[in-house]
Amino acid sequence: MSAPVQHGLSEHSHGAGVPLQIRSDRPRSTSVADFPAITQQQDLWRYLNVDQLKGLDSEVLAEYSEQVSFSGPDGVSFEWILSSAAPVGSIGLPEDRVSAAGYTNASKTLLVKIADELVSAEQITISVKGDSATASALHIFVEAGKFSSTTLVLEHSGLGVLAENVEISVADEAKLNFVSLQNWESGSAHVSAQFAKLGRNAFLKHTVASFGGDLVRVTPIATFSGPGAEVELNGVYFAEAGQHLENRPFVDHAAPNCKSRVTYKGALQGDKAHTVWIGDVLIRAIAEGTDTYELNRNLLLTDGTRADSVPNLEIETGEIEGAGHASASGRFDDEHLFYLQARGITPDEARRLVVLGFLVEVIQKTGIAELIESLTALLEEKLNRG
Amino acid sequence: MSILQVKNLHVSVDTDQGAKEILRGVDLTIRSGEIHAVMGPNGSGKSTLAYSIAGHPKYNVTDGEILLDGENVLEMSVDERARAGLFLAMQYPVEIPGVSVSNFLRTAKTAITGEAPALRTWIKDVREAMDNLRIDAAFSERNVNEGFSGGEKKRHEILQLELLKPRFAILDETDSGLDVDALKIVSEGVSRAHAASDLGVLLITHYTRILRYIKPDFVHVFVAGKVAEEGGPELADRLEAEGYDRYVKA
Repeated sequence: MSAPVQHGLSEHSHGAGVPLQIRSDRPRSTSVADFPAITQQQDLWRYLNVDQLKGLDSEVLAEYSEQVSFSGPDGVSFEWILSSAAPVGSIGLPEDRVSAAGYTNASKTLLVKIADELVSAEQITISVKGDSATASALHIFVEAGKFSSTTLVLEHSGLGVLAENVEISVADEAKLNFVSLQNWESGSAHVSAQFAKLGRNAFLKHTVASFGGDLVRVTPIATFSGPGAEVELNGVYFAEAGQHLENRPFVDHAAPNCKSRVTYKGALQGDKAHTVWIGDVLIRAIAEGTDTYELNRNLLLTDGTRADSVPNLEIETGEIEGAGHASASGRFDDEHLFYLQARGITPDEARRLVVLGFLVEVIQKTGIAELIESLTALLEEKLNRG
Repeated sequence: MSILQVKNLHVSVDTDQGAKEILRGVDLTIRSGEIHAVMGPNGSGKSTLAYSIAGHPKYNVTDGEILLDGENVLEMSVDERARAGLFLAMQYPVEIPGVSVSNFLRTAKTAITGEAPALRTWIKDVREAMDNLRIDAAFSERNVNEGFSGGEKKRHEILQLELLKPRFAILDETDSGLDVDALKIVSEGVSRAHAASDLGVLLITHYTRILRYIKPDFVHVFVAGKVAEEGGPELADRLEAEGYDRYVKA
């Protein structure tokens, strides 16, 4: 990868006089009124304009239920429960206005329970298929029981404007391979807060794959509540002309001897294709023995694209195994093309080779053959449009 | 038997001060199996000749011809030239993000021959070629040229030469930046490719050092964008003793 050509400002380095706010100190509330109206001056929303939210910041939203279908192996139950009932809200509460709007306006929550000790290769699928541009709310709660080991794909498609909260409880010793796929039609806007809490020795592989939609913003938040757990937050995205794809992963090392790896890779193609990656990692004083690394790489395929990339690492203890981050945004330029062409490879094939090589690596980490195949085909289709 | 002809080649590049002519009428003919050394001081246009033959878009051919077995090379795109049998070993190979060496080699081989190589023989061929060039097997899974040392990049260029089996290879200062051991390994690779497929070689170099390992049939001295003197291997010996001073005293 060539040297960074564009590297976002550090979150702490702008707006002189603004007090530094620790990531975990953000106010949390389920009430929309507790958050001010969204403006671009607010740090959380500075990379997009309010119009792009298509009404998701309103106090009142419609609610998704018929748009959601699901399937899974024996040992997995699906039930719509009242959002006022336990365990809703036990894993994470809204940290921003859209998340609060989604929380308040989803009167029911889809509770997905994975039985203790269920080990299954059969995929759990939650399919959200939007059917209108009405701003709506959805709440999903996933409970992966002790010693379970499963794969869950949450897929979003159709035309939708959605404020979504997903809570993911990964119990002690459980393993969950979770994928959130955003493949919306154009005209869609999707803001999703995905809270995960990991118990002792739990493992969560969380993958965000964002391809379709005018605006897609996903905030995966992983919190360790017991020692010895491990989280992988992976992401892959491909922004075309006019698309805004934003990811704000946050790992909260609130327990000792846990490990986190954050790997997000994206490609941009076309005028005003915009991606944003804000990667926060907090290592609390109690989190001795932490091992963390976060990485974001962006590949700018054409002129007129913009990739903002900001890694933030807060460390409150010196007793750690390792902590690092890397961020780079590079171009696929004429010299790359010349090199590949000089070996007989056509320009189209050269671009395909570079982009697929760059992005498919992340998709492959899911280990889900069908998904790898379909997303690779989707990427090829997008490249052919470029 | 193939023949690569460069006739009265004039090449310029765009600069802030307008077009700047670098090659001023180069004539050169290479036949299969021949090894030609092009030598010259910095700025004489040696690398421009290499890139112009390969078709780099930065270089504008303003006059002259390049013919491969009578076919007009200048009308071909970069990839068409490669598929026609021309190979440029780059002086500064670029890093290609996201593309592993193994994927790259297989894709290039498929592009050159027009069909995917049979997997079992291909893997064996690659491994053997890598062994010969003392390239660690782990390189296959690394991204092309990413984090490679200077010597590793050059050996990777020669690996491609041996696997893609072109008709003519242009080596652009492949010897620069190599220690003696790496130079020997790279030279052996070129000699193997030469012997294996009657390869024609255009060896561009600033120094005579590599010519101890790869014996040229012809030596051309480049000065100010033209061939200033031509001869046999004895000309290289003379350059070794005298340097380029007598050509550039103006």
